[in-house]
Amino acid sequence: MWIESTIALKFLRQGFAQTLLILVGIGVGVAVIVFIVTLVGGLQENIVSRTLGTQAHIKVEPQQEVNLIAPALDNQVRLVRQDERAQRLRSINNWQQVLQSMEKIPTVTAASPVVSGPAFARRGQALKSILVIGIEPERYEKIISIGDNIVAGEFKVSAGNTVIGSVLAKDLGVRIGGKLRLETGDNQTAVLTITGIFELGVRELDSRYVYLELKQAQALLGLFGGVTVIDLTVSDIFAASLVADRIDRLTALKAESWMQTNSELMNALKSQSLSSNLISFFVALSVALGIASVLAISVTQRTREIGILRAMGARRAQMLRVFLIQGALLGLSGSFAGAGVGWVMVWVFNEYGPGLFDIRPSVTIVPIAVTVATIAGVLAAIAPAWRASRLDPVAAIRYV
Amino acid sequence: MSESISANESVLRLQDLRKCYNLGLPTEVEVLHGLNMTLRAHDFCALVGPSGSGKSTLLNLIGLLDQPTDGELFITDIATRHLEDEERTLLRRENIGFVFQFHHLIEAFNAQENVLMPLMVKSGKPNDEQQAWAAQLLEAVGLKGFEGKKPSELSGGQQQRVAIARALVTRPALLLADEPTGNLDTQTAANIFELLRKFNQDFDCAVLIVTHDARLSQTCDRTITLVDGRITEDVRHTLDKQNP
Repeated sequence: MWIESTIALKFLRQGFAQTLLILVGIGVGVAVIVFIVTLVGGLQENIVSRTLGTQAHIKVEPQQEVNLIAPALDNQVRLVRQDERAQRLRSINNWQQVLQSMEKIPTVTAASPVVSGPAFARRGQALKSILVIGIEPERYEKIISIGDNIVAGEFKVSAGNTVIGSVLAKDLGVRIGGKLRLETGDNQTAVLTITGIFELGVRELDSRYVYLELKQAQALLGLFGGVTVIDLTVSDIFAASLVADRIDRLTALKAESWMQTNSELMNALKSQSLSSNLISFFVALSVALGIASVLAISVTQRTREIGILRAMGARRAQMLRVFLIQGALLGLSGSFAGAGVGWVMVWVFNEYGPGLFDIRPSVTIVPIAVTVATIAGVLAAIAPAWRASRLDPVAAIRYV
Repeated sequence: MSESISANESVLRLQDLRKCYNLGLPTEVEVLHGLNMTLRAHDFCALVGPSGSGKSTLLNLIGLLDQPTDGELFITDIATRHLEDEERTLLRRENIGFVFQFHHLIEAFNAQENVLMPLMVKSGKPNDEQQAWAAQLLEAVGLKGFEGKKPSELSGGQQQRVAIARALVTRPALLLADEPTGNLDTQTAANIFELLRKFNQDFDCAVLIVTHDARLSQTCDRTITLVDGRITEDVRHTLDKQNP
């Protein structure tokens, strides 16, 4: 391979302007791919982390209650008109055992029992509809980090203490140390001290979520000792649906992943990925076509040299390799330069861009881009290299 | 590099060699009509004839760059007509050296590298012995000190001398030269001929030169005349050689 590599390098060096031009072309293409893939990846990561910052990866709940209908007898057709059952607040049976089972699933990183139900918050004449969420704070922090989003006070949820959203605090005109009276439909009431105010950045949550200690919430909602939901986080967020399906199959409970509850978001993410992949594919294709056309021209320019080398005893396979190596060298060096430029573009975006979110190039993007570009270079070189190897030496030597 | 061949051994033998173009088409034309000839190890032979007589076609066939339509062509007693391209390439690089009318050096390489090219395509990076041999050949053609020059930095005569050194670097059994002095002035042409003659004697290398120059052809040991694809004359100019 030494002589083939030497000839390939000398040919590329001799046609320096042509080589430089195609290297710039490959470099720009690879830089665009690195930047677009990083940008879209960063954007998606940002959207997902913001979405999952306020919700569990998987919610495990009791199945919905349905009417029991006796099966039809043989040779009978039964027409049924029914009203769906109203869904009352129900606890997960044996939730402690269920919780332990969930924690044993290898991909589950955290599990937290939650009891939640509707209530009203009253202060003076003001009455607001809220969602009571009873939690074990230490466990729940691993699902949604309320502590990181506290804007006043501290995340201290214990008997008689509550943490509420910033919008609700503003609507009711309360502050840290103030009292909040909660009422449920079953005439249960509780008066709590506000120890913290959080802001998750989602208006619906900031205006309705009221965190209570688990036992106090159970008493308030009339579900003594029960929990309505078990929240889970998993190690691979995009495998959440698989874990949820597994829980669905193995238990009599309903498990729903964040991907199912945010199906529109998932569609948007998939569309983004598709666009990014399509852009990358077409840029890579145009880079490959650029290499192919430059090498096709090179074969024509080098026709006489190919004939001379053949007359000197160069084999067809050697001529084939000369041009395949040229394709690989162009792809390799162009993509290295392009990956560097792409990296700089990412840095410029982070330093001088809109500042909405930071993007971090994946450590794998450069080796992948370089490998793909080199393979594309070799593939693009196949046709010109084949033509070079099949040239008739007599005609090639005479070529002017 | 080819093994040494004794003076009486045939380096090249043609047996009813025919070459047609456009075979089977209405435009079919036969350019070589059943040629027979033999070239031995010490032969220094000129191939002459008018334009269109088939000299270059014959040289391409002998150089295994083209294939005959019929007959047989032996290089060092190896029948070549039915050889695959790969086998012909290997036989060519082991036994045949080429000198073209237009030197046909490769501009991307310097003089020394051009001389080494046949060895490099055969066995890769040249070793010290091969480098020394190439330098020795360049010195023999009067180009000592020009090793690092690119072809474009050399005169026409110097380029042709590099081409001769390149043709000899593999110590071929047969050297083919297609009008090697066609583009050179009379004095340079005579020098090139002298060089070819010297190598013919020093290396036991049969030389076949296509030339239009009657004066130069007279300086060869033997002149073969080709007219309309037929050998019309095969004359030895010296008496101490065997009959062809």
